Amino acid sequence: MTTKTTAPPLQSGTSEPLRERMRELYRYMRLTRECDTAILRLYRQGKMVGGAYTGKGNEATAVGSAFALAADDYLLPMHRDLGAHLVKGQSLRNIFLQQLGRDESLTRGRDGTGHYADPATRIYGNVSHLAAMIPFGVGIALACRLRREAAVVMNYIGDGGSNVGDFHEGLNMAAVMKLPFILIIQNNQFAYSTPLSKQLAAKNFSDRAIGYGIPGFTVDGTDVMAVYETCVSAVERARGGGGPTLIECVTMRMHGHSASDDGSYVPPALLEEWEKKDPVETFEKRLLAEGMLTKNDIQELERRIHSEIDEAISYAEARPYPSGEQAAEGVFAP
Amino acid sequence: MATMSYLDAIARAMWDEMERDSSVFLLGEDIGRYGGAFKATRGFLDHFGEDRVIDTVLSEAAIIGAATGAAVVGMRPVAEMQFADFVTCGFNQLVTNTAKIHYRWGIPVPLVVRLPAGGYIHGGPYHSASPEGWFFHVPGLKIVAPSTPADANGLMRAAIRDDNPVLFLEYKYLYRRIKGEVPEEPAVTPIGKGKIVREGTDLAVISYGTTVHFCLEAADQLAQEDGIETLVLDLRSLVPLDEGLILQAARHTGKVLIVHEDNLTGGIGAEVAALIGEKAFVSLDAPVRRLGALDAPVPFAPPLEQFALPDTEKIREALRSLYRF
Repeated sequence: MTTKTTAPPLQSGTSEPLRERMRELYRYMRLTRECDTAILRLYRQGKMVGGAYTGKGNEATAVGSAFALAADDYLLPMHRDLGAHLVKGQSLRNIFLQQLGRDESLTRGRDGTGHYADPATRIYGNVSHLAAMIPFGVGIALACRLRREAAVVMNYIGDGGSNVGDFHEGLNMAAVMKLPFILIIQNNQFAYSTPLSKQLAAKNFSDRAIGYGIPGFTVDGTDVMAVYETCVSAVERARGGGGPTLIECVTMRMHGHSASDDGSYVPPALLEEWEKKDPVETFEKRLLAEGMLTKNDIQELERRIHSEIDEAISYAEARPYPSGEQAAEGVFAP
Repeated sequence: MATMSYLDAIARAMWDEMERDSSVFLLGEDIGRYGGAFKATRGFLDHFGEDRVIDTVLSEAAIIGAATGAAVVGMRPVAEMQFADFVTCGFNQLVTNTAKIHYRWGIPVPLVVRLPAGGYIHGGPYHSASPEGWFFHVPGLKIVAPSTPADANGLMRAAIRDDNPVLFLEYKYLYRRIKGEVPEEPAVTPIGKGKIVREGTDLAVISYGTTVHFCLEAADQLAQEDGIETLVLDLRSLVPLDEGLILQAARHTGKVLIVHEDNLTGGIGAEVAALIGEKAFVSLDAPVRRLGALDAPVPFAPPLEQFALPDTEKIREALRSLYRF
């Protein structure tokens, strides 16, 4: 029932399995960053319709949290959680097919970005009314309980979305029923242009956990290990029948809300301050300092990531759009 | 055949489907230990246990959202709204999530939302809702509105077995007022099929739910008093509409009245009238007429409620006027 306001202590990467996990976490964060950059590039080249949303500043939160999940666990990410999609096993081809609205995409062009569902990886993407996915995720957790499956559900919401009624109804239901449900609040300081001071009177979003009678944590959302370790314990608790956990990850949205938003309302000094805590760069420095990676390793990794992304984009771009008349299909299941 | 009330017919269908399929479960407010506000689920908890008869928190959005999530991963939930009025609290879930899932994801959503609907019970503005108009416009939701125990039973079975979200309108006024024959052997009433419940050649009246019974009374009175023979079509399903049967009734009689308890403007009747106008115009001998509730909240005091809602007398007079056209 307690709310901790500090991150759990970092473990130093001594054991080889942990060192390997840390290298993987870094790889996924770097992949996420590069992938986001590529999506933004496609948008600016006019090759993508609709909006482009990036997760710059959010990589540690998305990657560290999803990394705590097992293959059978369910992931219900948000629009800045590309890293979580990748960790959970989504292919780059599927990511770009979705971004480009192609017929071969998981939604067959009916919806864009991460708004897909993929039962194979157990990823159920968001709707734009983000908090609406909270009761939905609670229902998946309920289904797991009814079927005696050991799976847990990890769901995400933002500082803005956490103020929608579904947040309360869903989290309270999960708490009362002690369901295996973990809710990550990505507190990235801004809901579109609205700053935190106009979203919350409490000190921390995690303080709300007390009201639901569940454990709540506030974690440094730029520290991938802190996020990962907090989520590992939440997943263990959920799997063991201990019920839901609320985890607030404090970070900064380093870009505008979407590619069409220049974010000029964000004070430059604030961005400069957070830039020093860049989740990818700080973790890279740490791995270099601790001898877990060399500069050469990083160059090799970047080369490989770029070639994987280029392949996926080329593949997706070469696929056709759906034909117009498909718009009339599939409103109902047969 | 067994004779049972409308309410018992619904309960029997849910019970049988739960026996038949272990993925079917119930969730809602006060449905377990208490047996539901109308006792539709009395005895279910003891027989099926707490896992499958779930007393939830008082949170309609969470009930519908959770039912949708469970359905997407393969369960077949039946969610009860204590009164249809309260579905407005779960409106966002139904419209934003539930209805759009199959189109976006290609994944079935086998979910039933039970909606105890309608007035004539002095429930006032918050316990008398006819919710069909709110959802009729939303692609991806099926809507059924049975008027008899047999159809309530058969449509509940069909709704539970359907791979789409089905809004199940059940009429509080009919719960204990009417009894009827229900087949002993489980029989499914197909969704999307209406039924001609009274033959006639002079006029056609198209309705669903409680007002079907008023239409039948009015038709009998007209036959006795005026010798006018009125066909009565019970739509039973609103989404999808039985277009073929609607057009058949219109062509057969040339004069059509549509009656519903929901208020008139933007209601189901408007769509049915447009359909007939577009596709059976040359068969018509009179403009299609509509009779619905006042465009006002359903009021509380008996004279107000009676004035606001359609009844046998209003239907009979509307039919007379149509006949004279």
